[in-house]
Amino acid sequence: MIVGGISIRELPRKKYLLPGNSSCPGCPEALGLRYLGMALGDRVILVVPAGCSTVIEGLAPNYSMRFPIVNVPFASADAVASGVATAKEVLGEDAVVVVWAGDGATADIGFATLSGAAERGDNIIHICVDNEAYMNTGIQRSSLTPYGAWTTTTWTGKKERKKDVPLIMLMHKVPYVATASVGYPMDFIEKLRRAASIKGFKYIHLHAPCPTGWRFDPSLTVEVAKLAVETGMWILFEAINGKVKISPSSLPYRDRSRRKPIRDYIKIQGRFRALTDKELRKLESMVDDVWDTLIKFT
Amino acid sequence: MKLVVMHLTGNYAVAWAVKLSRVKVVSAYPITPQTTIVEKISEFIESGMMDAKIVRVESEHSALATVFGAASSGVRAFTATSSHGLMYMYEMVWWSAGARVPIVMAIVTRTIGAPWNIWSDHSDFMSQRDTGWLMIFAEHNQEVLDSVIQLFRITEDPRVYLPGMIALDAFILSHTTEPVDVPDQSLVDSFLPSRRQPYTFKSGDPITMGNLPSNPRDNMKMRWDVHESLVAAKKVIMEVDREWGELTGRSYGGLIECYRCSDAKYFIIGVGAWVGDMREAVDMLRSEGYEVGLIKLRFVRPFPAEELAEVVRGGKGAIVFDRSVSAGSAGPLYLDTVAHLGALNVGVPVKNVIAGIAGVDVTYNDIAGVVRSFIEEIESKGVVSNYVEWYFG
Ligand SMILES: Cc1ncc(C[n+]2csc(CCOP(=O)(O)OP(=O)(O)O)c2C)c(N)n1
Ligand code: SF4
Repeated sequence: MIVGGISIRELPRKKYLLPGNSSCPGCPEALGLRYLGMALGDRVILVVPAGCSTVIEGLAPNYSMRFPIVNVPFASADAVASGVATAKEVLGEDAVVVVWAGDGATADIGFATLSGAAERGDNIIHICVDNEAYMNTGIQRSSLTPYGAWTTTTWTGKKERKKDVPLIMLMHKVPYVATASVGYPMDFIEKLRRAASIKGFKYIHLHAPCPTGWRFDPSLTVEVAKLAVETGMWILFEAINGKVKISPSSLPYRDRSRRKPIRDYIKIQGRFRALTDKELRKLESMVDDVWDTLIKFT
Repeated sequence: MKLVVMHLTGNYAVAWAVKLSRVKVVSAYPITPQTTIVEKISEFIESGMMDAKIVRVESEHSALATVFGAASSGVRAFTATSSHGLMYMYEMVWWSAGARVPIVMAIVTRTIGAPWNIWSDHSDFMSQRDTGWLMIFAEHNQEVLDSVIQLFRITEDPRVYLPGMIALDAFILSHTTEPVDVPDQSLVDSFLPSRRQPYTFKSGDPITMGNLPSNPRDNMKMRWDVHESLVAAKKVIMEVDREWGELTGRSYGGLIECYRCSDAKYFIIGVGAWVGDMREAVDMLRSEGYEVGLIKLRFVRPFPAEELAEVVRGGKGAIVFDRSVSAGSAGPLYLDTVAHLGALNVGVPVKNVIAGIAGVDVTYNDIAGVVRSFIEEIESKGVVSNYVEWYFG
């Protein structure tokens, strides 16, 4: 298979996330880490704040990954990465410094740190692995939990909408902003490689449906991820120097009539069980709104 | 030996020491009274006098995080802060010690709100006692410069491998100009070897630091090792201070410094800039016939317990001045002192004076007065009635 110029055969066979790691079955973060290894391999230094990926690494002295990993406090990842990147620049060593952070570490507690590193143009890639809640601490809502979703701190469904972090990062005028999904590995890999070729601050927001937190069967991770794109709930795009281009996999859904019904996406997950028809309509109009805003930047 | 005498504030003495130590990455966030340290360093870097990078972060949490990232990736790194900045960093202070990454940080000691107040006390610095950092106080600006350079050497010693912080009193040192001998770069180079650290993150080398331990006992051992390394650092501190003395003619006794202690029966114990006033108080009391000496603690972590006990043993009493308080208990310096003296069977009465909080001025006359009544009380009654005294002047 060849997508966007990358052939699957060219990807390294070396595994960067080893079997026997501590992720749940069907874990999207585990998928994402594998793709990260395929895309950037040995060049990566990974900075990981508290979150599921901390656990996926495994229990010391064992270790499930072949990346060097700097584990860091929840709110500190981008700043640590800035320090790592600065040191490597001083030492003249090649490294792609990657922050691998959950939606909480990105959009909530680590938000100021993220914004600071972006504004300074520090030479790092921030990947927000968005499973739409604080999974590590037991499925609490985050500012990236979508409207209507159940979490253990929103028993009757979240009343607020999902914060649009990719657009906020676009407004930082950084050289590279992209969205990706664990359901579209080649697209993600391509974006990672593009990001790594650019100097400065790069942001990639990876949609990561989580069977444990979203209440769906672990065999369905990729299917749920694809449905998010096909219903227009998640939009794949890329912005180089502020110019937004909808990615090929999302392009058809620019046309609202070609999107699958959001109900299909809602139905296969337990977390929207209590959503009323009225709330569903509200969610649908929020999705339209996100598209309308994004298209203005294309 | 080539020495240049400059007139430097305490903050500029820090900046000069950082430059002489060939620090490669600096990151900090402005807060009074720390700010002029990084302003000066920025000037050094931008004028080409110093070959380093500065990362102008958006908070103190990020300042220490950035410095931690740089230091764990192979370069000498530095930050500085005060008061609320240090409080905001607190999580990273622990993380850096647990990760065993040598870092040096200057704390320009300032009280903590509410209410807002920029004057000196030691609340910010002393609240970090449990973290695992080396903690050193400076009495004057020369000692500031010398101690920063010493601290880089000590923190990067393989027998230690821990971060270290130095306290200098707000305004009293930070913004007061004193003559300071600034050593030649070649002298510092001969004293300070190139960067050493326990591990270094680099691409292609899959090491990790900080993932969950499978056995909490291993984790407990790591904490034990932080403690043991701090205790072991005492030897390194003595060696380094001695060597610095040989190179520059200036040494500070390593862990503690005694003033007129040899024939003293009563001991004043203190840290920081007001040790200078305590020296005056000792001279004054001596002239009145009181057999009093002064023990200046340079390091509070590692706590120089045996060194202190050796001096105080056989005396008639000790009085500990704290410029901060562990509210609901007593002054932190006093608590350490009585715990260790007691356990080491130094059975002398020890009194605590809590003074100078929030920048309240304390003169050598105030100190002499408090010490005088302490000695009088012991001489007449044999005990201390009010063992934790708040002194408002
Ligand atoms: C300062 C601080 N507050 C709270 C926590 C507890 N905590 C650890 S991980 C986590 C949630 C992580 O959520 P997210 O960033 O979305 O990552 P995920 O676990 O979903 O991968 C929380 C709240 C912490 N480690 N540090
Ligand atoms: S909770 Fe979700 S994201 Fe976390 S390890 Fe399990 S499947 Fe992965």
